[in-house]
Amino acid sequence: MIAEIGLAALWLAAALAVLQMVSGAFALKAAEGEINPLAIYARPAAIVQAFLAVLAFFLLLWAFAITDLSIKLVATNSHSMKPMLFKLTGTWGNHEGSMLLWVGVLALSGGLLAAFEKRLPERTMGATLAVQGFVALGFYAFLLLSSNPFERLPVPAAEGTGLNPLLQDIGLAIHPPTLYAGYVGLSVAFSLAMGALLTREVNPSFARVMRPWVLGAWVLLTLGITAGSYWAYYELGWGGWWFWDPVENASLMPWLAATALMHSVSVLAARDALRTWTIMLGVLAFSMSMLGTFLVRSGVLTSVHAFAVDPERGAFILGLLGLYIGGAFTIFALRAGAVAEGKRFAISSREGALVFNNVMLSAILAIVLLGTLYPLLTEAFDVRVSVGPPYFNPAGAIFAVPMLLVMAVGPLLRWKSDKPARLQFELALIGALVIGTIALVSFFGQFPLLPLLGLGLAAALAVAAFLPLRGRKISRVPVATWGMVIAHFGVAVSLFGMACEGAFSQERLAAVAPGGTEQVGDFKFTLESVTPVAGPNWTAIEARLAVREGGGEPVILNPQARNFWSPPMATSESALLTRWDGQLYAVIGNQAEDGRWQIRVWWKPFVTFIWYGGILIGLGGILAIAGRVKVDVTRRSATAKGAQRRADAEALGSPAPMPAE
Amino acid sequence: MRSRLYLWVPLALFAFFAGVAGYMLTQEKDQFVESAMIGQPLPDFTLEPAYPGLPGASKADFAGGKPRLLNIWASWCLPCIAEAPQLEALKAQGVEIVGIAIRDRPEDVANFLGRYGNPYTRIGGDPISEVQLAVGSSGVPETFVIDSKGVIRYQHIGDIREGDVSTLLAELEKAQ
Repeated sequence: MIAEIGLAALWLAAALAVLQMVSGAFALKAAEGEINPLAIYARPAAIVQAFLAVLAFFLLLWAFAITDLSIKLVATNSHSMKPMLFKLTGTWGNHEGSMLLWVGVLALSGGLLAAFEKRLPERTMGATLAVQGFVALGFYAFLLLSSNPFERLPVPAAEGTGLNPLLQDIGLAIHPPTLYAGYVGLSVAFSLAMGALLTREVNPSFARVMRPWVLGAWVLLTLGITAGSYWAYYELGWGGWWFWDPVENASLMPWLAATALMHSVSVLAARDALRTWTIMLGVLAFSMSMLGTFLVRSGVLTSVHAFAVDPERGAFILGLLGLYIGGAFTIFALRAGAVAEGKRFAISSREGALVFNNVMLSAILAIVLLGTLYPLLTEAFDVRVSVGPPYFNPAGAIFAVPMLLVMAVGPLLRWKSDKPARLQFELALIGALVIGTIALVSFFGQFPLLPLLGLGLAAALAVAAFLPLRGRKISRVPVATWGMVIAHFGVAVSLFGMACEGAFSQERLAAVAPGGTEQVGDFKFTLESVTPVAGPNWTAIEARLAVREGGGEPVILNPQARNFWSPPMATSESALLTRWDGQLYAVIGNQAEDGRWQIRVWWKPFVTFIWYGGILIGLGGILAIAGRVKVDVTRRSATAKGAQRRADAEALGSPAPMPAE
Repeated sequence: MRSRLYLWVPLALFAFFAGVAGYMLTQEKDQFVESAMIGQPLPDFTLEPAYPGLPGASKADFAGGKPRLLNIWASWCLPCIAEAPQLEALKAQGVEIVGIAIRDRPEDVANFLGRYGNPYTRIGGDPISEVQLAVGSSGVPETFVIDSKGVIRYQHIGDIREGDVSTLLAELEKAQ
């Protein structure tokens, strides 16, 4: 019954998406200040639809929990012997299940928007919900027509065929759902942008409605990417933390667009400038999410992230992309010219710095997009290429370095117009920190250029992040400003980690006989033994490495080379020793003919700062949301009080003072 | 309504992408991972017999004389049942087939051979997919053409269909 209820819930949700779309569209037909009687169904439709889609997801989760092998998806992706946690995470470790999660989050965001957003004009809200319903409808169709997660087998399978062993990891429990929530959260920004464009209501109050959604999606993306990077780092056993893999890029591109959007929406909210640009970014951010989905699932690009690849599904998603992205860009081209120009500002102003940041982020986005799609383009001409770090790192850095420099200064500038001369001290301090750090580090040895620049920038940024607090009473600094400070500081921390990893990592690859000792950095490691071990669905050989730092007590590390048997696959389980100032990363390889084992150990100074920084950035985002929502709530109650007072005053017959703009 | 030309740029870029992506979707895509071992000598291995009826397999079995087939299979693998008649046909053509049974049990191997025929001269048991991974096979069944010097010359991924028999015979001929 579970499968049938789930399927029915999905069909019902799809029907409600139609209702939401049609009813929302009627809101546009209403005259100014009136509400079309047919438009009142959009909100309830969105809310019930959210409930149904989430219900469908939980039903699938249940089917995986009890390993219902009469459902095809469970039989092909699960196994009765799998630990419970991985049975559950298996729900979204495959194409159909992850699409259901995607659709569930999409419906949930639409439902939350419908339930809690009361500030927008009814016409804009109707248009927004109509667009959200339209987007949801396409993905319901995709799920129901080409990727039904609840499909039954004619005869229940005797046993499941397992799950990609790389995915049997706690990383999978948190990383994809967080990312999906972020991706799909951007759908609300997309719908709001389209709604505002259709009704030409692109103004600061619209920006204030959009901002928490962008911030929320951005926080989730930040945390999801951070978790994904750490997962790839310890699970793939290659010692790197970012591989410029198409699927990683697919998550980075919406993040870049969302980062730009988050800053431009702030300009729109505070200064009523950058109207069309904000709309463009709103469309772009979710377009990048959908593009990522297409790239990952259509199989047009090859990646380590294996989803069941199916050109027919690819064609379906490409059709959806054409409909949504193509449609949005068409409306943009037709309507954006009609959006009144926003307020103007000088180049040296807070807006100017934010525009610069936006342009640089967009340039990095273009570089990542080009690098990701380039193999697709050349393959169309039968040339197979692989674009990797040698392209992405320097090309990205060309824009990242100036962006980070301006990021240090931008928050110190005043809105509208400012004189750089006012900031002499701060500018000198930032410049001195960059140059001083680079000079100091170069004094100790030869290091590659990019990590060196990274170290200099990290030092300057770490200090500059707190400069906006200078001369302020700490207790009166708004929460949202704290958010910015912490997020910018997080960027510095993360950058420091990346630069240290790039500049100071030490590696030792050695064939070690049991009992043998090798050295990497300050660490001596002894291979004490290599023994076979068995897990619930794998066998492995496990090395016992005794690691000593200086003359200290030994710590035991147990890197494994695992063999999974359903499906057969070999993986390398790294063993990590975390210190405050870095990580020791150990991997066991093959056995040589003479009985020695290949052991690979890296000492990566401050590598953990990459992910600490990511967490700080996310935390900053959360603070920003909290601060904005708090201000909005206060303002709303103040506005309500003001309106009440005016109404009272008018009732008494005296003219009421109007609030200043 | 004013509509400026540059506002159409995003749409144009997207249309270009959609065109290329759409074209790529219609192209046949090589779904399989080709073994990087082609042209390389077989790795050293020695496998115990998979069941008492036939000897086990090792690299030495491929030395000298003629090219042979290395068939990676398992009794639990359904496509392996489907390819059994084709292996029989190859055997009838005088091809020597060495099997490697992946993660299998002796009694299951014996049962499978009793039911679907035994085209093999030797079968090594590979209980942890060690040799399978070493020769660059990512699934079951797969069949390799090994020349008389022990060099991997050709890889067939998936079960051998009727049409593949002639291809394999031609590859064996080429490997002479």
